[in-house]
Amino acid sequence: MNDLRTVALITSVLAMLSGATLVGQFLKRHPDRGLDAGAIRTFNLRLRGWWILCTVLAAAFWLGTTATVVLFGLVSFWALREFITLTPTRKGDHRALFWVFFLFLPLHYVLVGLNRYDIFSVFLPVYATLFVLTRVAVAGDYKRFLERTAKIQAGLVVCVYCLSFAPALLLLPLGGQAGLDRSANFRLLFFLILLVQFADCMQYVFSRMLGRRLVAPTVSSNRTWEGLLGSATSTALLAAVLWWAAPPFEPWQASLAGLVVAVMGFAGGMTMSAIKRDRGVKDYGTLVVGHGGVLDRIDSICFAAPVFYHLTLLVTGVKPG
Amino acid sequence: MISPAPRPAYRPAITDAQPTRPAGPRSPLCRAAGLSLAALARLLAGASVRWIASQPDTCQRVYFANHTSHLDALVIWSSLPQAVREVTRPVAAKDYWSRGLVRRWLAEEVFDAILIDRTDIKVHHSPVDLMLREAGTSHSLIVFPEGGRSVTGEVGEFKSGLFYLAKKRPDIELVPVHIDNLNRVLPRGEFLPVPLLSCISFGPPMWLEAGEAKPEFLGRARRAVLALKE
Repeated sequence: MNDLRTVALITSVLAMLSGATLVGQFLKRHPDRGLDAGAIRTFNLRLRGWWILCTVLAAAFWLGTTATVVLFGLVSFWALREFITLTPTRKGDHRALFWVFFLFLPLHYVLVGLNRYDIFSVFLPVYATLFVLTRVAVAGDYKRFLERTAKIQAGLVVCVYCLSFAPALLLLPLGGQAGLDRSANFRLLFFLILLVQFADCMQYVFSRMLGRRLVAPTVSSNRTWEGLLGSATSTALLAAVLWWAAPPFEPWQASLAGLVVAVMGFAGGMTMSAIKRDRGVKDYGTLVVGHGGVLDRIDSICFAAPVFYHLTLLVTGVKPG
Repeated sequence: MISPAPRPAYRPAITDAQPTRPAGPRSPLCRAAGLSLAALARLLAGASVRWIASQPDTCQRVYFANHTSHLDALVIWSSLPQAVREVTRPVAAKDYWSRGLVRRWLAEEVFDAILIDRTDIKVHHSPVDLMLREAGTSHSLIVFPEGGRSVTGEVGEFKSGLFYLAKKRPDIELVPVHIDNLNRVLPRGEFLPVPLLSCISFGPPMWLEAGEAKPEFLGRARRAVLALKE
C-alpha cells in the first residue's frame, strides 16, 4: 500500500514535470504564439531548477534519513553564507559569526538528526541568540549593536532554524498511525516541497495573467493580491487532489496545509525581497558573480516548513521526539 | 584608455636572471598539501573566479592585487588553473612567513613563495631584483603593490616596486586582480575564517608605456584593479 502510494506520487510528479517541459520546449520552438519570450525563458529556467531539485531530493531519499538531514544542513550553510555576505557586518562580529557557522549550525542539525525536538526547538532561537548578543558585546564594538546582532539572528532563524523543520518531518514518529512506515515520512516531506514549488509557480502565473494590485510596489514588482489568492486556491486544490500521498492527512487537512504553505511561501518571498531591495540587489546570486543564489530558491520553503511541521503535529496529534 | 604599447621582445635587463632553485616537481607531500590547501581555501572563501577580457595563460606574468587578508595569495593561487599554478609563485613578507616551522614550510616548500625582507630594503639589495632573479624566464609572480594589508578595505596607493618590475622586464604581462570580500572572511588580526562568499576578478594584461612616468603608471595600475570592482 505504502509502496504503491510512493510510486504513484513519483509518477504524478514526473508526469507533471515532463508535461510542463514539453510545453516549455514547444513554446520555445514556436515564438510566434504571441507570448512574451522573457516569460517563456523564465518558465523554462524554473523548470530546470525543478528537475535539479527533484533529482537531488530523490538521491537523498534513496540514501536515507541521515543523508537528507546532512543535505539540508549543507543547504542551510550555503544560504546563511549568502545571507551574511549580503548584510554588512563589522569586525566585532567576526568571532560570533565563526561560532555561528561552525558550532551552532552543525550542532542544530545534529539535534534535528537525533530528533531531540525538546532541545532543537529552543537551541537557535534562545541559546544562539544569547551567545551572539554576549559575544558581540564582549568583542567591544557597540556601534549599531542591536542592528548587527538582529541581522545574525534573523539569518540563523530563516536560513537554519526554519529550513531544518523540513528534514525534521522525516523523523516524526508517524508509526502510531495504522500501516505507515518510513516511506510515509519521505512522502510528507516531498508533499511539502511539491506544494511550495507549485505555490511559487502559481503565484507567478496568476500575477502575470490577472495581477492588477501589487501588494507592496516598493518591495516586489511582481507579487500581487490576485497572485496570492490564485496561488492559495490552486495549491489548496492540488493538495486536496494529492491528499492520498500525504500520509496522516484527511483531504480537508491536506488542502488546509496547501493553503497555509502558499501563504507562507508568499511571506518568505516578500521578506527576502525586502532585504534584497534594502541592499540594492536583485538576486542573492548576483551579489557575488557566478554563484547560483541558493537563498532565492529556498526563501518560500524556509517560511513554510515550520508552519507545515506544526500543522502536521496539530492535526495528527503526533508527539515529536 | 591608453592603448597598450606593442610588446617588446624579451631582453633580460639583469644579467643574473637565473632562478636560484630549479623549477620542477616538488615532493608529492608538498604537492598534495598545496592541492588540499587550495581546495580548502576555495571552499572556505567561497571564491568565484572571473576573467574579464583576459584568459589564463602560462606565459610569464605578474599578477598584482589589492591586499586585504592573509588568504589573498592563497586564494589567487588556488583560483588559477593547475598548469598556471605550477609556474606561479607568490611574493610574501619574510617577517611573517619565515616565523615558525609550519609557516616557513608552507611558504618555502608548498607555495614556493619568494620571501621579501620588508625591514631591509636597500638600493643594492633591491627586492625587485630578487623577485626577477627568482622568477627567471619562466615563472609568474603574485604581488601586492600596496605593500601591506589594508585596514579599511580601501585600496591604498601602490608602492613603486611594480613600476621597477615593469621597467626592468617590459616583456612580462602585468595582470590586475581584484579581491572582493576576503577581508570579511579573514580580517586583519583574526586567525579563524568565517566562510562568506568572495570574488576574484582577473583583468586584461597591461604594460608600462614608453616614457610613462612612475606616478602615472602606478595610478593607472591602481585604477585597473579598482575598475574590476564594478
